[in-house]
Amino acid sequence: MTGREVVLRLEGITKRFGKLTANDAIGFALHRGEVLALLGENGAGKTTLMNILFGHYTADSGTVEVFGKMLPPGAPGAALAAGVGMVHQHFTLAGNLTVLENILLGTRPLFGPGLGRAEARARVERLSRDFGLAVHADAKVKTLSVGERQRVEILKALYREARILILDEPTAVLTPQESEALFATLKRAVAQGLSIIFISHKLHEVMAVSDRVVVLRHGKVAGEVATAQTDRHLLAELMVGAEVALPHPAPGIAGATLMELRDVSTPAEGNRSGLCRVSLALRAGQITGLAGVSGNGQGALADLVSGLIAPESGALLVGGAEVSGWSPRAALAAGVGRIPEDRHATGSIADFTLTENAVLEGYAQAPFSRRGWIDWRRARAHAEAIIAKYDVRCPGPEARIRLLSGGNMQKLILGRALEATPRIILANQPVRGLDIGALTYVQERLIAARDAGAAVLLISEDLDEIRVLSDVIHVISAGRLSPPFARGSKTPAELGVWMAGQGFADAA
Amino acid sequence: MRLEPVADPGLVRLIGLPVLALAATVGVASVLAMLAGANPLAVLGLIVQGAAGSKFAALETLNRATPLIFTGLAVAVAFRAKLWNIGAEAQLYAGALMTVVIGTQLGLPGMLALPLMAGAAILTGGLVLLGPVLLKVRLGVDEVVTTLLFNFIMLLFVSMLLEGVLKDPMGMGWPKSPALPRDARLPRIVEGLRLHWGFGLALISAVLVWVIQVKTTLGYEIRAVGQNPQAARFAGIPVGRVMVKTALLSGGLAAMAGFSEVAGLKGSLTLDLSPGFGYTGIVVAMLALLHPLGVVLSAIFVAGVFVGANSMSRAAEVPTYIADISVATALLFMVLAILLTRFRVVRG
Amino acid sequence: MEIFEILLSASFWAAVLRIASPLILATMGELICERAGVLNLGIEGIMVFGAFAGWIAVYAGLGLWPGVLVAFASGAMFGLVHATLTVPFGLSQHVVGLGITLLATSSAYYAYRLALPQVTSPPRITPFQPLNIPVLSDIPFLGPALFSQTALTYLAFASVAVVALVLFRTPLGLALRAAGENPAAVEAQGLSVTALRMGAVMVGSGLMAVGGAFLTMSAFDSFFFEMVNGRGWICIALVVFGAWMPGKALLGALLFAGFDALQIRMQQTPMGAHVPYQVFLMVPYVLSILALVLMSRRVEVPAALMVPYNRGER
Repeated sequence: MTGREVVLRLEGITKRFGKLTANDAIGFALHRGEVLALLGENGAGKTTLMNILFGHYTADSGTVEVFGKMLPPGAPGAALAAGVGMVHQHFTLAGNLTVLENILLGTRPLFGPGLGRAEARARVERLSRDFGLAVHADAKVKTLSVGERQRVEILKALYREARILILDEPTAVLTPQESEALFATLKRAVAQGLSIIFISHKLHEVMAVSDRVVVLRHGKVAGEVATAQTDRHLLAELMVGAEVALPHPAPGIAGATLMELRDVSTPAEGNRSGLCRVSLALRAGQITGLAGVSGNGQGALADLVSGLIAPESGALLVGGAEVSGWSPRAALAAGVGRIPEDRHATGSIADFTLTENAVLEGYAQAPFSRRGWIDWRRARAHAEAIIAKYDVRCPGPEARIRLLSGGNMQKLILGRALEATPRIILANQPVRGLDIGALTYVQERLIAARDAGAAVLLISEDLDEIRVLSDVIHVISAGRLSPPFARGSKTPAELGVWMAGQGFADAA
Repeated sequence: MRLEPVADPGLVRLIGLPVLALAATVGVASVLAMLAGANPLAVLGLIVQGAAGSKFAALETLNRATPLIFTGLAVAVAFRAKLWNIGAEAQLYAGALMTVVIGTQLGLPGMLALPLMAGAAILTGGLVLLGPVLLKVRLGVDEVVTTLLFNFIMLLFVSMLLEGVLKDPMGMGWPKSPALPRDARLPRIVEGLRLHWGFGLALISAVLVWVIQVKTTLGYEIRAVGQNPQAARFAGIPVGRVMVKTALLSGGLAAMAGFSEVAGLKGSLTLDLSPGFGYTGIVVAMLALLHPLGVVLSAIFVAGVFVGANSMSRAAEVPTYIADISVATALLFMVLAILLTRFRVVRG
Repeated sequence: MEIFEILLSASFWAAVLRIASPLILATMGELICERAGVLNLGIEGIMVFGAFAGWIAVYAGLGLWPGVLVAFASGAMFGLVHATLTVPFGLSQHVVGLGITLLATSSAYYAYRLALPQVTSPPRITPFQPLNIPVLSDIPFLGPALFSQTALTYLAFASVAVVALVLFRTPLGLALRAAGENPAAVEAQGLSVTALRMGAVMVGSGLMAVGGAFLTMSAFDSFFFEMVNGRGWICIALVVFGAWMPGKALLGALLFAGFDALQIRMQQTPMGAHVPYQVFLMVPYVLSILALVLMSRRVEVPAALMVPYNRGER
């Protein structure tokens, strides 16, 4: 790789937030026509670095050089103008605008007349042909699938004649097949002289797609290697400091069916698929994994199990009896422990204390309240017990939960659910965004609950996580559920076929 | 610029910024006084004197604070649940209306009439707010606009009754209700002093609301629903039912302002019963940071500004609207100051 | 029967346009703010101040059009205060909006008392006069109904076309709409959400003030307390009713003005004499609530309306 033209160079980038040093003297270079993987676990400083590159943050020190020119610090738009395009993990698209309008946004002088739609449409169509990015230019973005939205984001960058593309965790929302298509697009782009930074924490992807890897750890560059001269183990070690043993649980021993769905359907909501005649049995002593691309009915199934919605048709059985008047309270009373997908938006109340959050599900009953009066002493004791038992690092039970890191917040939510000794556990994306320590802790606790006889429903977009932890795997696609697959009986590619919805047709 | 959370604000920030906000308000008022060609220090002095310079002035301020405590509590309770009740004015008039109807039409003895008047007022005030809240919960109709519009509808409704069935035959043509009989009025707290029991009820209400907020499951539910309805729903809190309970509580408190003004002070209902107590209640609640006990203090402060400005304008050539401007300015400066205790402004 | 007679008179339709004009202007102002993601509850007070500012400027010797400019500028100034607090500082748009309404209303009253300390009834100005559009105003019925209005009414209708054109046909409008839907999308293109939103709130508030000024400079000829009388709140309902589309909001304003003009005339009929006049006066407010209820489930609210945007935060 040496000797090739350097298109982007970061030098000595340092950024502090209070006491935390998010980026500590980070430096590396990107060459023309290469895919550079930026690898690091959550909290390693990848996002901060990108925000600095794009002028959303100003670095405390360090420089950014694009095509030989320094970028002015803290100037959003400077990187764009210099030919750097970014595809964010959370897409930056406006749903009420069409694909074309989203692509046009910000490309013309703000106070100029007209949008030049016709000319722009022709260019977009040409680009989408050249790079294999099929989308309908006049569709409103809110009607598009996640994969299509990502293509719009890439087109947006290409339309602006970006010569450098940065993709932040681009495969998190794609099926394995869609990821392959994305990789093909990237190969085409590199062949045309573009350069790519590929941000990820998935080792096998990094190995598959990149030419070179820069590993970040605790805000520092932990290593820089050519992909051809390394392997997953070496990268994992660089990423987390030492070889970390991820849980590899022994298979669970299946017991009685604790919750059962028979032919359950629920309506779709907005962009989110409902359930379509789903039958599913959750058995004691088993982790049932649900794989699939987000938005394919996982949300509906999670809402159903946690009591937020009831079946539109079909039956939901708990302990062999059909439930009626299904609600979050009914679910809690039936022994369902819930770990919601979004710990900030659904799982906790940011400005409530740990104590208040600890009794969020139990405040209405003894011992936490009697006849409408809350016993704060007992509530605090409960919070203290969870803090001690689940190793929640916090200033104390009276601290606001918003001050906690994601991992500690998740531990409190986990403790809240498990301390009620649930027989059925819904774990929806339980480790998303957690650092490696918290991640293994949460997974181990779920396995322990399983071994104690609980039925666990694990929902995740991370196929690896599902494959490692689950005793039984179902794939969900467009609201339909695949048959159960035993642990280890399907390769990721085989599961990917189901995720893309093809398995259902083949089976029919 | 960007806002960055301050982990530990420290006393200087927590106290200094609100004090600065009040100082800035005084600054604005001074400029206004100078615009009117008056000496700002003299004007401020007259306002303070008019609000608290004598026993009479102080009691007048407390009397004026009474309805503001009620409407302030009504707003504070509702805003805690992120229920934007801007209709305290309508609920106040609804309460006043029921007070007059029960007090003058049934001919009950005072011992019976007063509790019944208060009870009916509270219930009616709650029901007036229930409409917009049900529209919000069931259909997602924004309650800000509906409660605002209800204020106008209610005032016209009261006007219609005052010129119709509720018109005082002895009122010499003025749209005014018949007066409450002597024994159906709230007594003075201390005989001979012009301060009625409405003020006592307001203080008791403030304490009750505070107890509900910190000690009961309802208070916990209201706060949870206000801070994060999605998480509240997930945790099994019946969000709709909590909203309804909040509405009944908030509307009832606002109606108590109407009850107390009619039964404690005016004795009858006219269209100028409230010079915008319902709207000023929003300022009172915000200045108190929605804390029920703080509402008492901020209501007295705001009432003092109005009473003081009223008396000042008789002595100096400065329009009384200086009070309205000051109160609005105090609100805006205060919300900004509170924000800055929690966040700092950083560049880039 | 009386209803038909009313509906067939040109003066009724002329009144509809007249009543609609301030609503149209202020509704366009609010629509711009909300499209950019800011709910502006300052509207009621800004209309009051605009009504005062335009009128007092003319009373002080300025021409009518400079008076309109003064009103616009005064509205934009209050818009600047609103936007500063709600956009970069991200304060509650409810609280700040109501605060601005209180501030603008009391400022107008204070200034009025300062300017005219001793008067019992406010002085009059010579307002905008009806402008007969050549040829068109000679058409029977339609001429007197539609083409014999004051210049401010024509301006109100023109404002709808301009707002629609800018929103849907220019880069600026595209950026504004995106700022109200997903500000991160705007920021990612190197545009400033803060600048866009603040600009929108200032221009929108200016339009609201001109809407208020219509009352003192075209519909009437002097300034009275409480003359805006809830029109601002009605405009907020009209924006929802119009589903954030300028054309539909215009239709809503006309429909609304139609009912208002009708109730005024119904009051004077023999049948109307039996009904307390307050019932008629309630009509606009009840209609606004009905409009909100009708549209509650059917519209697409700008996704980022009332959501402050803090750069770099996700």
